Amino acid sequence: MSAMTAGGTAVVFGDNVNTDVIIPGRYLVSIDPAELAEHAFEPLGADVQRRVRSAGVVVAGRNFGCGSAREQAATALTGAGIQAVVAASFARVFFRNAINTGLVAVECPPAAAAVHDGDEVTVDLDGGTVTTPAGTYQFPPYPEALRQILADGGLIPHLMRSSR
Amino acid sequence: MSGKTFAQKAIERASGTRDLVPGQIVDVYPDLYMSHTASWRCIKTLEGMGVTELYDPDRIAMVMDHIAPAVTTKNAADHKLCREFAQRMGIRHFWDVNAGIAHVVLMESGLIRPGELVIGTDSHSTIYGALGAFGTGVGFSEITATWVTGKLWLKVPDSVRIEIGGALPPGTYPKDIMLRLIGDLGADGLTYCSAEFGGSYPGSMSVSERMTFCNLAMEMGAKNAYVEPDEITRRYLDEAGQPRDRYQELLPDEGAEYREVISLDASALAPQVSVPHSVDNVVPVDEVAGTRLDQVFIGSCANAKYDDLEIAAQVLAGRKVAGHVRLIVTPASAAVMSRAAASGVLGTLIEAGALITNPGCGACAGNGGVMTDGERTLSTANRNFPGRMGSYESEIFLGSPATAAASAVRGVITNPTDLMTEVSS
Repeated sequence: MSAMTAGGTAVVFGDNVNTDVIIPGRYLVSIDPAELAEHAFEPLGADVQRRVRSAGVVVAGRNFGCGSAREQAATALTGAGIQAVVAASFARVFFRNAINTGLVAVECPPAAAAVHDGDEVTVDLDGGTVTTPAGTYQFPPYPEALRQILADGGLIPHLMRSSR
Repeated sequence: MSGKTFAQKAIERASGTRDLVPGQIVDVYPDLYMSHTASWRCIKTLEGMGVTELYDPDRIAMVMDHIAPAVTTKNAADHKLCREFAQRMGIRHFWDVNAGIAHVVLMESGLIRPGELVIGTDSHSTIYGALGAFGTGVGFSEITATWVTGKLWLKVPDSVRIEIGGALPPGTYPKDIMLRLIGDLGADGLTYCSAEFGGSYPGSMSVSERMTFCNLAMEMGAKNAYVEPDEITRRYLDEAGQPRDRYQELLPDEGAEYREVISLDASALAPQVSVPHSVDNVVPVDEVAGTRLDQVFIGSCANAKYDDLEIAAQVLAGRKVAGHVRLIVTPASAAVMSRAAASGVLGTLIEAGALITNPGCGACAGNGGVMTDGERTLSTANRNFPGRMGSYESEIFLGSPATAAASAVRGVITNPTDLMTEVSS
């Protein structure tokens, strides 16, 4: 298996970004990543939406993805071209949904604090590091069960692969 | 060896393992998998996998609550897919658009029992702790996977014990306790934690009030919530048709280890309000009293059960909703609505000028009762995120049913004790 890395240009958010902001409830009638991505972060306005679409990594403060259990919050980010979310901490359902839909999500408070909008950020899952212009930061490696799900691209592909 | 928390015991039971410690990840076999309006996403996912065998259809519960009845032809097709799937797969626990909010429907119907582990496609699945169960929210892919395999991974959480003593002053309710706690601990104050409520006050609460507690614990990020089952729990389950030998209560051990023990004196509280745009932005109602409202919503899994409607009716009896305010009342379930109709509570609300809708999630999920730019709602629900009830330029305040009813009468945010004084003077 190839080394698991994800990265790109960062778009930076503060604390407590909730799932209603990531993808408003009115759009949950869809599960299509591209369609969802059109409405990702709509409550924050067109400028933020443009920055998200041109980014590869979302960097956030504490409690990213708080609120609803809607899995589309993770799917909408993937649809917008986001490869990884680096946050000081995650709301637990968002974290599950990220792993289960194949979106890299790592808790790394020092990295989250060091990144500015537009910085290039790389997450190395095997090495347990986040590399930013300000330096490289460690995070505790994923438990093996979760790493396998991510490596397979999410829970459903993982399940189909392991049942084969 | 130190004692165990409720969460450790519940996950040991559901995983068939022993001596678990916080932080460990194990596979659990949940007793029940709830999916609401999101059920169609699970079915589509299952179809995509090409799987036709389910682990145990009797552990699947589906309730069409978030969008009910259908508003668009897409909704109608989604509902139809669920209805036909349930029939085809022999899923007995299926409720259609007439039933109400999934959480309340499942608890009323006896499907939630002490000690059991329940997952749901809804963050507020923490509510099942009101009956001493371990309830937690997951995504729809996880529900789909569990339909097939019967299991999912869970991390054993740290537990936080919240001890509440004293008696609430008049005009103050369990909702006010929870809003104060959310304000004090913050939106991530209990993230990844099991919230165990203890002390003299929770033991005095009805199951409905415990639901308000466990529901709102999610707004601090809790993984699950819990009130110790007792005679009040058992009587509720008796009425729901659950014989006492059918479940095994799980209680935390003396000497269980908690990450933190928090104490709160209920007697020192006054009515509280969450102000836009986050649930942990909490102030005593008097700080925002007089704020002009356009709409009041009494609904949601947090506060639209029978006693919530009854409290609102007590405030609204013989009074009228202010001319510029729309009061929308959405009973949590058909059973709640039926009881409120029989007791005269609905009549009192209608007489006062309330619009009564069909049971379900309604305006809390943004379906019916949306606002345009610049409008303001005071709601008894559990979230006030921007755009949740319509325009991104509208505002949501959260409060108790008494605060909601008093505010509907005055047309501005109002401390319910002001109206109580009015009656007695």
